[in-house]
Amino acid sequence: MAITYEPIATTTLTTSASSVTFSSIGSGYTDLVLVINAAASTLANTGLRFNSDSGSNYSSTILAGNGSAAGSFRYSNATYGQINYYGYLETTRIVNQVVHIMNYSNSTTYKSYLGRANNSSNGTDATVGIWRNTNAITSVSFVLNTGTISSGSTFSLYGIAAA
Amino acid sequence: MGVYKLSANSVKNGRTIYGSMLAGNTAFLPTDFESIATVSVGSGGASNVEFTSIPSTFAHLQVRIMSLGSYAGNQSLSATYNNDTGSNYSSHWLTGNGSTASAGTTANDNIQYYGFGLWASEPVVSVIDILDYANTNKYKTMRCLTGLDRNGSGHVYLFSGSWRNTNAITSIKIAANSGNFNQYSHFALYGIKA
Repeated sequence: MAITYEPIATTTLTTSASSVTFSSIGSGYTDLVLVINAAASTLANTGLRFNSDSGSNYSSTILAGNGSAAGSFRYSNATYGQINYYGYLETTRIVNQVVHIMNYSNSTTYKSYLGRANNSSNGTDATVGIWRNTNAITSVSFVLNTGTISSGSTFSLYGIAAA
Repeated sequence: MGVYKLSANSVKNGRTIYGSMLAGNTAFLPTDFESIATVSVGSGGASNVEFTSIPSTFAHLQVRIMSLGSYAGNQSLSATYNNDTGSNYSSHWLTGNGSTASAGTTANDNIQYYGFGLWASEPVVSVIDILDYANTNKYKTMRCLTGLDRNGSGHVYLFSGSWRNTNAITSIKIAANSGNFNQYSHFALYGIKA
């Protein structure tokens, strides 16, 4: 059996950036997995945009815990698919986020993602989100609601193929 | 921004500053994650999806699901192993519905819950890990991240589950409590080597 979990691209920022984009993503996989280790110039929520769509076509539901309480939060008709609530980026501490983009290359269904965001100081999140668009995803952009992504932040995109 | 990596040699040689947050570590490159089988539901839909003759050559299994359905509601999604429909399954979950977090548990079930909901347009997506599935000396456990968002409603779940049976898992049947899986639903089984 073939190895089916393959790195597509990795980016390490050498200067700060407002976003990170993986483009020209082929359709040869079933799912995508984006692994993020990042900091930011200020406290910042994170999200994804697909195919450069900045319309109000995203929504997400988040389960979040901060060490003393659990809560749930929702973002509807958003311009990006939010990944975190407590697991936001900050200036000094490295935050880890992993996002599974499911069945990204079909052209018949809306695209959903599952995320985990982990900030060792603030809390941890589990997220489901949807992009209400049936197009195959060919680019994924990681964006912030404010500030910039710090130099040294790493982003790795993997593809998972089916049998 | 610099990233420091400290080791025993740091006392003598000083700390090392890295420009990358990998701090000199190599990126995670999983090389032993293999596709076992995939089911894409056809135009007729399917009442269930079953993976059979699962080899015992992996350490863990992962099932990745994108499912649509004919039942517009929050009925349960579940798995059974080795066609066992006895009262040998149990589950715990932590969930959020967009406004409230809650937790639940069930015991002595005849199915292994992994999610809720089945809608025509908005997929339920799930990543299920079945741990040490081929070990014949222990009960089998699973964990799952699953969710559904419908732009104003939906939920996300973290599941854990147990099948009180020491047999190696050789088949997995996935089904919804009500309705069928619609066309384009996609179920993929992977094996993870030790």
